[in-house]
Amino acid sequence: MTVIVTDTGFAPEDWAGGFVGPDGLAANIAGLGLELGPADDPAALDGRLEGIAMIRVMFPAFSDGRGFTLARNLRAMGYGGRLRAAGHVIADQYAMVRRSGFDEVEIGDDLAARQPETQWLARADWRAHDYQSRLRAG
Amino acid sequence: MYRYTDFDEAFVRTRVAQFRDQVARRIDGSLTEDEFRPLRLMNGLYLQLHAYMLRVAIPYGTLNPDQMRQLAMIADRWDKGYGHWTTRQNIQFNWPKLEDVPDMLEALADVGMHAIQTSGNTIRNVTADHFAGAAADEIADPRPVAELLRQWSTDHPEFQFLPRKFKIAITGSPNDRAVTRAHDIGLRMVRNDAGEAGFEVIVGGGLGRTPMEGKVIRDFLPRADLLPYVEAVLAAYNLMGRRDNKYKARIKITVFENGIDSFHDAVEANFAKIRPRFTGVDQEILTAIEAQFAPPVFADRPEAPFDAAYATDPVFRAWADTNLAAHKAPGHAIVTVSFKAPGATPGDATSDQMRALADLAETYGYGELRISHEQNVILPHVHKADLPAVHAALKSAGIATANVGLVSDIIACPGMDYCALATARSIPIAQEIALRFEELQVEHEVGPLKIKISGCINACGHHHVGHIGILGLDRAGVENYQITLGGDHTERFAIGEKTGPGFPAEGIVPAIERLVLAYLDLREHREESFIETFRRLGMAPFKAALYDSEDRADAA
Ligand code: SF4
Repeated sequence: MTVIVTDTGFAPEDWAGGFVGPDGLAANIAGLGLELGPADDPAALDGRLEGIAMIRVMFPAFSDGRGFTLARNLRAMGYGGRLRAAGHVIADQYAMVRRSGFDEVEIGDDLAARQPETQWLARADWRAHDYQSRLRAG
Repeated sequence: MYRYTDFDEAFVRTRVAQFRDQVARRIDGSLTEDEFRPLRLMNGLYLQLHAYMLRVAIPYGTLNPDQMRQLAMIADRWDKGYGHWTTRQNIQFNWPKLEDVPDMLEALADVGMHAIQTSGNTIRNVTADHFAGAAADEIADPRPVAELLRQWSTDHPEFQFLPRKFKIAITGSPNDRAVTRAHDIGLRMVRNDAGEAGFEVIVGGGLGRTPMEGKVIRDFLPRADLLPYVEAVLAAYNLMGRRDNKYKARIKITVFENGIDSFHDAVEANFAKIRPRFTGVDQEILTAIEAQFAPPVFADRPEAPFDAAYATDPVFRAWADTNLAAHKAPGHAIVTVSFKAPGATPGDATSDQMRALADLAETYGYGELRISHEQNVILPHVHKADLPAVHAALKSAGIATANVGLVSDIIACPGMDYCALATARSIPIAQEIALRFEELQVEHEVGPLKIKISGCINACGHHHVGHIGILGLDRAGVENYQITLGGDHTERFAIGEKTGPGFPAEGIVPAIERLVLAYLDLREHREESFIETFRRLGMAPFKAALYDSEDRADAA
């Protein structure tokens, strides 16, 4: 099973809609989520993000940082729905995930056991000590 | 000089606490070794051949005396009483114990320093001209912009897991002492025809196994566009950079494989999206940073003691001739303190030497010190009247070697003595060359000559841009040293050409000697330097000197 991590800690999966890849986007995806791999090009989704309620960006390995830029790009394109990082994301990356525009992280049970809730909550203060927001605040 | 704000201070303290916790979580198994590795690297902790190494950032190479004393304290307390200046204006401690590292980081935070992003696949410590704020040829001091970039890149959420490491250098002078054409991003401060300040942006330069000269991606970027533009370059690289082969993962390969035009298009598309997110607060922060880099009030007094010492003391004169550079303020000079005494390890400094330098900076140097990418220490502002006293103090500290820019002022990477990747020794070769030329007593006759040595193709010793470059390889278990000639790291950037077959360890010093002696015969007059003679005549006569002589037998 999977665990969903947010600023308030661990919770069970609450997305019942399932996911399709960008190719499935042409069909009617009402109620479905969109899943992007690290190599998917968000520019190809320009103008098609309207009405999507959930996007899940996959992290094949925690050391592959493409997902962070994908999240930033989706937000810059105006995507305002739920944005989830899923796969191999570690507690030490929680602040980066949130600062890049994700709302939540989806991890497997084994990772949740190895890095329990307290280790994620330790980074729930991701708004603090952030050079980026300091340089952009207006 | 920049002083940490409360924000910076709180940031580094929090970061130390996080790292302390990460070390504990590695030990209790919460983090696997694989997961811990990039986390320790982004905090400057590297695993070397024999032990851990802690690489401490010296942003844009600038230090105050208290910071220098703290480095000395750290060297005494947690290392073996010395540190090593690196080619990226950092200091490395070669023998820390893992459990001591959080305390070392805490001690750095006490003086407004850190080791963040000195290793790993992140944006590394931003380097700048080591004569910044002092050089007579400077257009503007690049350090405030370098500090802004430090703040922007520190813990940038998008760029902590890049395809590979990423290095930025900046210069404010037309004479490029910051090697901007060999960086992932090089920035040159320029003015456009309307007289407005901005940057020439160069991308995709680098040395390493595939040396490439950076390409200009924007010839004039307005000052206020800097952070969004650099962010646009990084975002393009983060997505386009190769992750399947670490030897093809640097931005120079991304630019090469995609072509500069299509890379440029990707950057501009990102820039259009990112620019509106910067509302100008960054420029206000920059203005506040600039105020902190206001130059000191330079004293106006007679230079007589300098002239007297210069006229009467030949040792002082030799040092003054090689180790001083022109300062923008009348009556002042820039002093380069050589850490290349013949026979010593290039760039190694003892804690006593660090303290002596801190004292000198305080007494005579307006409280400023710099580390150069050539692994020396700079006192950027010294009044000429004080130079005899400074020289005397340097002599007692054993750091008055008069060789800056000469044959024995060699850049050498750690090589086989410390580095797990090395294929050959580099420090001992540097030592032998320096000792040999000391014996020959021709160093001052030869004049400016940059020798750079790397212990493997990763090229940390920058051999590609040495006037004479030496690359140590492993040929069937035997060290073999390949020579390149004609490299140049300045605004006349050039990558050196291979001379031909390499030389075994015992043949490399005589080979360098033949090259240098050949130059003395070939030059048109005393003022024509080695590199100028090479540019005029090309490879042929040097090749002949290397391979056609009787001791040809030592080429392998
Ligand atoms: S050039 Fe090679 S041997 Fe030298 S420090 Fe770099 S990786 Fe190590």
